[in-house]
Amino acid sequence: MSNLEPELQALRENLLDMLALVTNQLAKCKKAISKLDAEIALEVIESEKRVNQLELYIDRDCENILALYNPVASDLRFVLSCLKISNDLERIGDNAKGFAKVLVTNLEKASIPFIEDFNLIKMLEVSISMLDEMTEAIKNEDTKLAKKAFKHDDKLDEHDKNALLIAEKLVKENPKSIESILKLFSITRRLERVGDLTKNIAEEIVFYIDAKVLKHKRNKI
Amino acid sequence: MKHIIEVTKANIYYGTNHVLKNISMSINENSVTAFIGPSGCGKSTLLRCFNRMNDYIDDFIKEGDILIEGKDIYKKKVQVEELRQKVGMVFQKPNPFPKTIYENVAYGLRIQGINDKSVIDERVEKSLNRAALWKEVKDSLNKSALSLSGGQQQRLCIARTLAVKPSIILMDEPASALDPISTAKIEELINELKEHYTIVIVTHNMQQAARISDKTAFFYLGELIEYDKTKDLFIKPKQKVTENYITGRFG
Repeated sequence: MSNLEPELQALRENLLDMLALVTNQLAKCKKAISKLDAEIALEVIESEKRVNQLELYIDRDCENILALYNPVASDLRFVLSCLKISNDLERIGDNAKGFAKVLVTNLEKASIPFIEDFNLIKMLEVSISMLDEMTEAIKNEDTKLAKKAFKHDDKLDEHDKNALLIAEKLVKENPKSIESILKLFSITRRLERVGDLTKNIAEEIVFYIDAKVLKHKRNKI
Repeated sequence: MKHIIEVTKANIYYGTNHVLKNISMSINENSVTAFIGPSGCGKSTLLRCFNRMNDYIDDFIKEGDILIEGKDIYKKKVQVEELRQKVGMVFQKPNPFPKTIYENVAYGLRIQGINDKSVIDERVEKSLNRAALWKEVKDSLNKSALSLSGGQQQRLCIARTLAVKPSIILMDEPASALDPISTAKIEELINELKEHYTIVIVTHNMQQAARISDKTAFFYLGELIEYDKTKDLFIKPKQKVTENYITGRFG
């Protein structure tokens, strides 16, 4: 075993911790919106600090490995991917926080039907399962699993595309609730972005395992 | 890009020891090619075939073809001295002659029968310049070469090689005995020299191979496992054994 191996292992563990934390943030968002529970939403906002901290740990780990071990081949690809994945995860964490802030300020019972109209629970479920697949893909070095993100992301894009029409319709029908409707609409945008960021993570996983660059390619499968 | 060295199905034996197995490769002109691999993999043996340094080993046997500039260098009519003029060599340990700096560089020219002082002066200055040593030694050309530092001695050996106008320079771990600053100078020099010469370098320092070479060949147990653009070999090697070697997960 090379000296680099324990360093890479520690980096992998930090990355998986960050992935678990961000996935948990979205799971809590789902719980908070299902139960209209502001307490849970506040927990999501609080946990963002820990996400940021893990991003800094990963940056530090990567810097150390690059400076001290001169990694090459799959080791180099893994370190480069970790830098990008942690950045994507931090942005997913930001979106979860943004989502939670809406829930804290907009938890009227009257909003419940709109949540269903926008399919927010379904979008959250897709986002969470995408992140779960990324975790398994990293643990098992399984690029097939990682590539599933590309199809799931299409579903989120579809929901997001429909959301504008839904928002228009709801605003016309419920002009007094325009603020709530627009806030919930902004959540669909955030979840669409979570899908894009998870897709980026999938591309990085394929890059470090198979040395294939899928970024900006149309056919990713 | 023109291939200056072409190796076809080369097998090398030291007695019954089969040290290089069915090697075929082409080396581009005006480029730096690095040979890497664990000790005993055959990389230095192949390097030494290019100027027939292995001829001195009693039970050396070569099969297959080694062509330089399209000519089979193992044909009987080949003058080995002429070949070594064309294919110079720099060794691991700097090995200047116990003579003055000037005489070290002039030595090969005198052997060639060149005695015109103005021609020699010009060639000495040019060679020392190309070896990035002129500025440091121009006022002490009559001092002993042995008074120079290790890094300077190695650049002097490179200047000595350049003086006889080779087209290929073979380097067998040229910086392994030098400190980091001297190593950086040699690496910088290699990068400048490739404009005029083809350089083949054996190195155990993989970062060095990655930094200075255009193509890298990885040898293992006498076989050429992978030969590719350096960037590709160090970022996405095709063979698992290459990956294991360059990432230090070997054995």
